[in-house]
Amino acid sequence: MQEIMLHLIVFSTFGLVCVAGAVNLLVQRHPINSALSLVVVMGSLAVEYLLLGAEFVAAVQVIVYAGAIMVLFVFVIMLLNAGEEERTKGSRVAMVFGIPGMLIGSVLVAWVLLEHSGTGNVATGALPGAPKVIGWLLFHDFLLPFEVTSVLVLIAIIGAVVLASHPGSAQQGLAQPDKRKR
Amino acid sequence: MSLGEFILVSVIKIVIALIVLLTAVAYTVWLERKVVGHIQNRWGPTRVGPFGLLQPLADGMKFIFKEDLIPPHVYKPLYIAAPMIALIFALTSISVIPIGNWITVFGIHTPLEITDVNIGLLIVLGVTSLGVYGVALAGWSSNSKYSLLGGLRASAQMVSYEISLGLSLVGVLIMAGSFNLREIVDAQSGTFWGFIPRWNIFQGQIVAFFIYLMAAYAETNRIPFDLPEAETELVAGYHTEYSAMKFAMFFMAEYANMITVACLATLLFLGGWHGPHRFGPPILQAILPIFWFVAKIFAFLFLYIWVRGTLPRFRYDQLMAFGWKFLLPLAIANLVITAFIVALRA
Repeated sequence: MQEIMLHLIVFSTFGLVCVAGAVNLLVQRHPINSALSLVVVMGSLAVEYLLLGAEFVAAVQVIVYAGAIMVLFVFVIMLLNAGEEERTKGSRVAMVFGIPGMLIGSVLVAWVLLEHSGTGNVATGALPGAPKVIGWLLFHDFLLPFEVTSVLVLIAIIGAVVLASHPGSAQQGLAQPDKRKR
Repeated sequence: MSLGEFILVSVIKIVIALIVLLTAVAYTVWLERKVVGHIQNRWGPTRVGPFGLLQPLADGMKFIFKEDLIPPHVYKPLYIAAPMIALIFALTSISVIPIGNWITVFGIHTPLEITDVNIGLLIVLGVTSLGVYGVALAGWSSNSKYSLLGGLRASAQMVSYEISLGLSLVGVLIMAGSFNLREIVDAQSGTFWGFIPRWNIFQGQIVAFFIYLMAAYAETNRIPFDLPEAETELVAGYHTEYSAMKFAMFFMAEYANMITVACLATLLFLGGWHGPHRFGPPILQAILPIFWFVAKIFAFLFLYIWVRGTLPRFRYDQLMAFGWKFLLPLAIANLVITAFIVALRA
């Protein structure tokens, strides 16, 4: 009983931290503060995964998202030395349709989860965490989605390299004025 | 174990681990100054206490009582938070590192680490990968060219070498079949033919060991990979604008990271607390595993200092080429070969 109470308290606390981080991400005006808020969101999501029993997913969430991807975000913000963003009033359409739409959407998601998910409480460590089990799931049960995702990521990488490479034969028109400047 | 007992035992273990780690950090600094001094034909610290042994205390006092300057153009919240972030993550990672078997004290059976978790190795990797924020944010928030360059170099370098570091460990994971550091160590107990220990380094992971070693040097910003704080080009890199205790916190974080890296290398490649055959009375047998563990870590720290006293710094393009074009393919090749051999044996 004591453990369940503790579990619930920790879970709700990190849920609140996660939502607070997400709101802060939108409210902050400096990109680096927003990026750090996103790190907080990632970190508290990892704790939630851990409390739901998915140890491996929690660790990967921290290593990949908080530890690598967000570091690159911060790196880019530092590199561009991005300053504070300017506030605009935003469009009226977004205010009129966006807020009710968001409310309806979140109520719908909550209702579906409450009514139709049919899952009970999960104890810490209840889900597979051993490397053997994870390897079996990734390379046997979910082999096709796994491979398709890796091909997708590969395509994205190639696309990024093409976009970032020096404008060569493919973009003669863009490259010309550059050369003249030098 | 009841909840009260659990909390009490945990707090005691945390306090002990913290005191031991901070003392180790202080005396690693002393060791470094001494050894580098002797390498360079100097004495190192000699004035405070015998052999300069009280020098870390004197240094600590000086750092605490020094004026804490905050330059006027820094971004204050992050400038103050950055050294704390660096130190907190450096100290946290030690919490899942086991230094010996389970022991029973006053009727309570407990492991010789703060907590024994199934994904210990992943937690160490995750926490150390967060440590880079301290350095990156320090560089950015200082609002100085040198600091910014140092911070940029640090984040690029750490992200690049983390991949090789992680891949070099996967071979060990495949052999042990577990993320639990204790199980990985137990898989290395015993010997071949009675005298060669079954450490992973003797089980074909020697290439992985050297990849790990080089990537770990880069991760901890040590010479020859200390580009983020290269004195000759960047004044002091990311901690140029820091003084007093905030400055000291970056160094405490760096040395704590060195110790964590040494612990991990010992656990994963050198058989952790397993040593030569057991001998002596029971009390000695209880202490010996910890002795072997500490001895291996000491050897690693000595190697760190030795390398620092020997090698010059990389150039930045060499650093990136070495990480991406040499270490990473080598780590992938090692992983593929290890997986192939394990699959053949199974």
